Amino acid sequence: MASLTKSLKCSKEAKMKRPNNRKPTEFRPLTVVAGVVPNADGSAMVKLGKTTAIASVYGPRSVYPKWKRKADRAIVNCTYSMVPFSTDERCRPGPSRRSTEISKVIGDALLPSIFVEEYPKTMIDIYIVVIQAHSGTRTVGINAASVALADAGISMRDIVSSVAAGKIDNTYVLDLEGKEEDASKCDIPIAYMPRKKKITLLQMDGDLSAKDVIEIINLARKGCEQIHEKQKEALIKRWGI
Amino acid sequence: MNKIQRQYLANLASKNVRIDKRKTEDFRKIEIEKNPIENAEGSARVRLGKTDVLVGVKMGIGEPFSDRPNEGVLMTGAEFSPLAHPDFEKGPPREDAIELARVVDRGIRESGAIDMKKLCIKKDEKVWMVFVDIQIINHDGNMIDAAALAAITALCNTKLPVYNKKTDMIEYGKKSATKLPVSYKPVAVTFAKIGDTFLVDPNIEEEDVMGARLTVTTKDNGNICALQKGGSEAFSIDEIKTMLDVSIKKGKEIRKMI
Repeated sequence: MASLTKSLKCSKEAKMKRPNNRKPTEFRPLTVVAGVVPNADGSAMVKLGKTTAIASVYGPRSVYPKWKRKADRAIVNCTYSMVPFSTDERCRPGPSRRSTEISKVIGDALLPSIFVEEYPKTMIDIYIVVIQAHSGTRTVGINAASVALADAGISMRDIVSSVAAGKIDNTYVLDLEGKEEDASKCDIPIAYMPRKKKITLLQMDGDLSAKDVIEIINLARKGCEQIHEKQKEALIKRWGI
Repeated sequence: MNKIQRQYLANLASKNVRIDKRKTEDFRKIEIEKNPIENAEGSARVRLGKTDVLVGVKMGIGEPFSDRPNEGVLMTGAEFSPLAHPDFEKGPPREDAIELARVVDRGIRESGAIDMKKLCIKKDEKVWMVFVDIQIINHDGNMIDAAALAAITALCNTKLPVYNKKTDMIEYGKKSATKLPVSYKPVAVTFAKIGDTFLVDPNIEEEDVMGARLTVTTKDNGNICALQKGGSEAFSIDEIKTMLDVSIKKGKEIRKMI
């Protein structure tokens, strides 16, 4: 809570204006819907402001190619991609160096939440498609993928929530959007398991003191806790009685 | 699909009955969502029953083809993302995705839906490029009709981005009031042949057992602007005549929804 009040105080001093008059500790309007792809074993759509991602999960299913299978656990494959019309300037379809890296870090962010040892000799495929991009595609992708995993009925330790935060002037800011990304001294996306209190993804680019980094991570954690509630709501809406 | 199911569907078809109780000439429920993607110059999402297709249009500036120096360029691509079906694999588009994109492309191109001459900025040097990208969200049969319908709806709702002549740059994000010059609305109607029965808008089970497939794209004035046959069986001339008539009738109904 200390970080929250602190950042609020900071904002009063700086009096900076955010898009849509958001408070520094506020993320964009969030929509989470579970079960949007009927063919998939589990699926979800997450919309954070303009940024929209659909995730679908297939599995646990038999491993292909076979030599990849593990006798004691499931393997998790994650693929992140963006549709060509999701950005301002058309992006080329197909994998890029960026999407390959993001696929990997998203997989690593979700892996700690899955009881892979319950599904030996199988694979779980996660496909994330960003249909509109406007900052924070990887975090939105993680939020969607985690709900999709739960929707598929896969045993999990917790639902993973994710959001980015940064620092503009002297204010810690949650969920950077558009031009804020350039104004910010850094951009730190995190993924977090609120129930376990464990961080499963942490990236950063920028130039900042260790104290600031910790403050920003704490702010992002607070954001994740709120997103977590929305994710649970979506699952209850689909599966609750 | 197993043998019993296959026979069951073939039996049903021979009695002119369909697994989802539709009549042979019925489409599934068509839902059209216009411009769901703000970042695209135009977009549309079409749901045909459980089949779900998203199409976005992006515009850019490039060189014209040398044989058509004063015409814009249209490019259509399709991606069968593994998100949409357990059998779809990642990687570059396979032949079925390329076929789908080309059938949709042909419908738009051959019908003259877009007035390409109006997309010329400077002859021989600069023209507008129109990129139509098809993304399958869920595959439950008849992706061609859904993609074609989404593509033309997206094009009808496309507004050109602002082109700054001084800097020679496109200012994305700002949309001009100029609409893409679309003068015709081609509509694709696909038939599946099972035994001697022809089914409009086959679902995924019907596609699995069909012997042949024909896609007919019709224009506003009732002209045919594209045909594509698929599958191992053949058609008689009378069968083709019937399908053309039905597709003109169905095309008229669907065109009203765009």
